[in-house]
Amino acid sequence: MKYLFIKMLALTALLVGSTYAATAQDFRPVLLYDIGGKFDKSFNEAAFRGAERFNTDTGIEFRDFEPNSETQYEQALKRFARRRADLIVAVGVGYAVAVRNVAQRYPDVKFTVIDAVIDLPNVQSVTFKENEGSFLVGMIAGMATKSGKVGFIGGMDIPLIRRFQVGYDQGVRFVRDDIEFIENYVGTTPSAWNDPIKAAEMAKSQYARGVDIIFSAAGPSGLGVINAAKDSNALAIGVDSNQNHVQPGFVLTSMLKRVDLAVEQAMQQAKNGTWAPGHVVMGLPEGGVDYALDEYNASLITDEMKQRLEEARAKIISGEIAVADVEGSNEGH
Amino acid sequence: MEFLVDILLLSDSTLRVAGPLILAALAGLCAERAGIVDIGLEGKMLAAAFAAASAASVTASPWAGLLAGIVASVLLSLLHGYVSINQRGNQIVSGMAINIMVAGLAPTLANAWFSRGGQTPLLPSEARFTEITLPFADAISGVPLLGAIYSDLLSGHSLLTYVAFVAVPTVGWILYKTRFGLRLRAVGENPEAVDTAGISVTLLRYQAMIIAGILCGISGSALSTALGAGFIRDMSAGKGFLALAAMIFGKWKPVPTLLACLLFAFVDALQGRLQGVALPLVGEIPVQFTIMLPYVLTVIILAGFVGKMEAPKASGIPYEKDR
Repeated sequence: MKYLFIKMLALTALLVGSTYAATAQDFRPVLLYDIGGKFDKSFNEAAFRGAERFNTDTGIEFRDFEPNSETQYEQALKRFARRRADLIVAVGVGYAVAVRNVAQRYPDVKFTVIDAVIDLPNVQSVTFKENEGSFLVGMIAGMATKSGKVGFIGGMDIPLIRRFQVGYDQGVRFVRDDIEFIENYVGTTPSAWNDPIKAAEMAKSQYARGVDIIFSAAGPSGLGVINAAKDSNALAIGVDSNQNHVQPGFVLTSMLKRVDLAVEQAMQQAKNGTWAPGHVVMGLPEGGVDYALDEYNASLITDEMKQRLEEARAKIISGEIAVADVEGSNEGH
Repeated sequence: MEFLVDILLLSDSTLRVAGPLILAALAGLCAERAGIVDIGLEGKMLAAAFAAASAASVTASPWAGLLAGIVASVLLSLLHGYVSINQRGNQIVSGMAINIMVAGLAPTLANAWFSRGGQTPLLPSEARFTEITLPFADAISGVPLLGAIYSDLLSGHSLLTYVAFVAVPTVGWILYKTRFGLRLRAVGENPEAVDTAGISVTLLRYQAMIIAGILCGISGSALSTALGAGFIRDMSAGKGFLALAAMIFGKWKPVPTLLACLLFAFVDALQGRLQGVALPLVGEIPVQFTIMLPYVLTVIILAGFVGKMEAPKASGIPYEKDR
């Protein structure tokens, strides 16, 4: 334990030392990841990609930090704020409380927090319209199902996940109204995000009851659903990042949350002076949510499906189709 | 007919979920029967799940994974044994320490080795214990009822699930039919008597801890290489504690413990099935309530139906020779 601590200290020193050299420039952005590490093949990695794009575009270096526990959120925020960072981008709803506390003490530093809403004059909150992206993957499920039964598996039963379900349900019914819909929630506590065994069991039960496509909005538990799809020779729909590659051929598509775009935009705006505090909502018009299409699922999505999806996308953007939402989705939990 | 299919599906799911639970409960049973309370089952399961997933992902062999899982779990068992046998420490504290340590260590190591947010890479089929089709399962699947039971319910589970069910009579035989088992039970009831007979209490308790470690290791490996396909932070999700409850509920005896595990697994499968289903008279039950169901049932059963439960007398008490 002691050694781990010393190692961590050394690592932090190394990190700070190596990135400090790059701060001799006018604009100093910082990116703070959520727990899970920079290369988590999901949320954090998307944020990293966004910052990397900003770096390639402008040549401006960014500093970043990977916390190992929730107690480090506030420490990291304070440390970077004290060292006069211009913009601190914090990824994940877990930062809600920490950013609120630190932003009040450092009113000159700009903060962008992703997935949470904080009402302060120096904080920009970016949230996504997950229901609109879910509507599109719902349409795909509705068009691709052969059995006429589709499923949904949520992680923890909270408003944010209900938002995925509402959009998905509406998308499925937009295509066909004779579809049977089976839903399951893994649990009602945070452990529901990390229970792939239970999620897989629920998925197997749904597949055995005739469901042939399941959309899982369950964080890491969703990997259990994708695996169950392979074991049952059926289809799953991934979430947040592009999960089509996880089990090629068994993932119909993924509902994308473009965290990379949000990070890149926030950094660009802050650099150009167009950054403004307040609530930024990224839905279909802003390109904040989408469905994933790549070489792994190219054979599963036909041209006709793509055409209908583009029509629906245009209608959602123009406001002709109103996608239902759930109250209280970004209030933290 | 649909009702029958539902029952079959529920039973099938019950057998799958019960596998790791049974093995962990038997591990706890062996330890407690020798006088050591093993509240660290959860942590050992998680450690085994992590070790198994890591080894299987590096070597692409589920057997290497199973071996690594067993080794990890046995090492932690020995640590727990050292604290509670040699050092006469508090066994609850030691067990909880193992739980907390593994919960933090496993994702940290996973992050350091694989850089995937505290997970191990997803295992391909050849690195997992996949479903086994029992002989003649396809041939007799057409036979009404019997065929369905054999080919849908009994066939098509992973090797480790079958191991779990074989482990019950094996542990029973060791405990009740062998000399070693007699001594093991005696050391949990009255270690002074065993010591007086000239048999080492320390050695017996260590042997029990190793058996518990092996069983718990198989259980954890089943989580990440048979039921799942890789390690995810906190993936044991309370199964170790559930196994402990099943063992107490089963009065520290193998067969009743098996039944308790099956009951827990069945209720769990049932709650998944009941979600979002409109029942006659009551209508649709809210998710929060169905998820509560297994726990409510546990309380009711423990409070009302089990009767007197007696733990092994020396369970939890360190043995001191010169007292």
